[in-house]
Amino acid sequence: MTGFLTAVSSGVGQGSIYILLALGFVIIYKSMQVISFAQPAFMMAGAILVSYLAPRLGFWLAVIVGAIGIAAVALVVERLAIRPMVGKQVFVIAIITIGVDIVVRVIAGAFVGADPRLVGDPWGLDAWNVGGVTIQHRHVAALVAATIIVLLLMLFFQRSPLGLAMRAAALDQEAAMAQGVSVGQVFAISWALAGGLAAIAGVFASAGNPIDTNLWVVALAALPVIILGGLDSLGGAVVGGLIVGVVEALVRAYHSDLFPGLSTNSGYLAPYVVMLLVLLLRPQGLFGTKEVERV
Amino acid sequence: MSTSAGKTSKGHRVMGRPDLYTSYRQDMAMLNTRPKQLGVLAIIAVAAILPLTVTDDLLKILGTGLVLAIGAIGLNLLTGYAGQVSLGHAFFVGVGAYAASAVAGDPDGRQIGFGIDIVPVWILAGGLAAAVTGAIVAPLATRLRGLYLAIVTLGLVFIGGYFFNEWRDLTGGPQVGREAPAPVILGSELTRNGAFTQEQKLYWLFLVVLIICAVLARNIGRSRIGRAFAAVRDRDVAAGVMGVDLSRYKLIAFVLSSFFAGVCGSLLFVANGTFGPERFGLLLSVQFIAMVLIGGVATVSGSIMGAMLIALLPRIASELPGFLPFITSNANEHPNIFEVELALYGLLIIAFLLFEPRGLFGIWMRVRTYWKSFPFSY
Repeated sequence: MTGFLTAVSSGVGQGSIYILLALGFVIIYKSMQVISFAQPAFMMAGAILVSYLAPRLGFWLAVIVGAIGIAAVALVVERLAIRPMVGKQVFVIAIITIGVDIVVRVIAGAFVGADPRLVGDPWGLDAWNVGGVTIQHRHVAALVAATIIVLLLMLFFQRSPLGLAMRAAALDQEAAMAQGVSVGQVFAISWALAGGLAAIAGVFASAGNPIDTNLWVVALAALPVIILGGLDSLGGAVVGGLIVGVVEALVRAYHSDLFPGLSTNSGYLAPYVVMLLVLLLRPQGLFGTKEVERV
Repeated sequence: MSTSAGKTSKGHRVMGRPDLYTSYRQDMAMLNTRPKQLGVLAIIAVAAILPLTVTDDLLKILGTGLVLAIGAIGLNLLTGYAGQVSLGHAFFVGVGAYAASAVAGDPDGRQIGFGIDIVPVWILAGGLAAAVTGAIVAPLATRLRGLYLAIVTLGLVFIGGYFFNEWRDLTGGPQVGREAPAPVILGSELTRNGAFTQEQKLYWLFLVVLIICAVLARNIGRSRIGRAFAAVRDRDVAAGVMGVDLSRYKLIAFVLSSFFAGVCGSLLFVANGTFGPERFGLLLSVQFIAMVLIGGVATVSGSIMGAMLIALLPRIASELPGFLPFITSNANEHPNIFEVELALYGLLIIAFLLFEPRGLFGIWMRVRTYWKSFPFSY
C-alpha cells in the first residue's frame, strides 16, 4: 500500500508537469485549431535558460525571467513562421511547428555542454516520509506551482479583457473580429503563454536531476494528456494531466510485476497506450467538444 | 471495327502541337509528352552510368538516397495523395527492415534468421510484413482525421520503438543492431567485389527497385485509387458523398504506404550499414516528412528529389566548414556540423512550406514554365 501511495504521489508531481504542458497545447489549439509540436523545444529551452540564470538571479527570479524569455522566443517564432501561414491547412502549420521544434531544440541543445547542468532548484531529491509513504518535495512543489498557475489562468481568462477576447476568438473568430478583437494579438498571446508554461514545466521536469538532452520527450507525453482531456478543454488538460501522470507512475512502479519478461521499464509507454484506448472509445476525450461534420 | 475503335481510343498526335491530346488515354499517359519521355530516359541513363564515374563513398550516400526515396514515395502516397499525416513512417520502415533481415538472416546466427537470401524474396517479405502491420493499425487510424492521426502515429513510433528495443532476438537490441540481409541475385553475392565494386552493384540494385516502385506509385496515382485518394484529401465529406468509401481508401492508403516503407526498410541496412533499433525513431519519421515536403507533395519525382537531398544533407553539412569557418567538425564545439545538419532539416521544412509549398518539384515547374515561353514572361 505504501508503495502504491508513493507511486501516486510521484505520479501527481509528474502529472502537474503534464498539466502545465497540456495547458500550453490547449491554449494554442483553442486559438488556432493547431497542435504545436514546438512545445517540447520551448520546454527544453526554458530549463536550459533557467539553468544559466539561476546562479545569478536566484532560483525563483530565474524561473520568472526564464519563462518570460521563452515567451518572447515563442512570440518571435509565431510572428516569423506561423503568422504567414494563417488560413492554410492546419496540418501544414503543424508540420511547420515540427520544423520550429527541431531548430529551437538544436540551438538550445548547443548550450547544454559537457558538464551536467542544474536548474538550481531548492528541493533536490529531498523527501518527506509520511507513514512509509515517500513524498518528494519537488513533486509537491510542482503540484503547488501548477495549482497557482491554473488559478491565475482562470482569473486571466474570466476577468481580464484580453482573456475575454481570447475566449471570444476561440468561440468564433469572425464574430470576435467583428467586435474589434485583434485575432493576431490573440495568436501572439496564446503562443507566448504556451511558451512560458512550457518553460516552467521544463524547470520542474528537470528539478532534482541534471538537464537531460532527452528532456523534450516528456513534453510529447502531454499529447496523450490533451487527447484524454479533450483538445479544447482547459479543465480537461488538468484532469487528464493528473490521470496520465498517476497511471504512468503506477505502471513504472509495478512494471516488473506486470510484465516480468520486459526488461526496459514500460512506464513511459503508458500515456500512449492510454491515448489509444481513449481514441478507440471516446475520440473527443473526456471533456472535449465532439467534432460535428456538416455538409 | 476493332481496329478503328482501337485507333480512336489510342488517339493520334498532331504535328507541331505537342500539348494537343486527341484522347483521354493520351492525356492520362504516364509520360504524356515527348520531352518528358526523352527526359526520363536521359535521367535513367545518367543514373545508371553514374556509378562508373563517382567514388564509392559518395555512391554509398546516393544509394542510401535511392532507398530512402522508396520510403518517401510511400509516405507521399499516404500524406501527399491521400492527405493523411503520418508521423509513424519510421515504425513501418523498421518493421520492413527486421522482417527482411529475419527472412534473409543466418539460421545459425545470434538473431532469428531463416536463411532465404534471395533478393526479391526478402524485399517482398519486408514489404508485406510492413503492409500487414499497416493493415492491423489502419482500423484505428482510419477513424481519425488530421492532427489526431498525427498524434496517434507519433504514439506508434514510441510503442514500436519500445518493442524493437525489447525483442533482442529479432533486432539485436539497442546500440547493437543486427546484420544486414545478404543480397544474393542468381547465386552471386553482391557484397563481394568482382568486376564491379560492392557499392556499384548495390547502387544498381537500388536503382532498379526504385524504378519499379516509382512506376508502381505513379500508376496508383493516376488510377481509380489515386483519384479516390485525391478526393479524400481535398474534402473527405465531399468524397464520401460522391461514393468514395472513406475508410476503405484510407485503409488502402495506409497499407500501400506501409508496403513501400517496408521495401525501403528491407534495403536500408544493406545501403547504409547496420544500426540499432533506436534509429527507427521520431527523427527518421520527421526526415521522411521533410523529404515529402521538400521534394513536393503528391509527386513521385518530387519524393525522389527530396530523398536525395536529405540523404546528401550530412555530406553537405560536413563540407560546410570549408566555406563557413565558424562551423566546426568537432562534436564538442558549437556550432558543429551535426547540429547544422539537424537544424537544416527544420529550416528546410519551414522555408519550403513558407516560400515554395510545392517543393523542389515546384521550383522545377517554375523553371520549366519560364523556358517554355521564353523570352516572354507569359
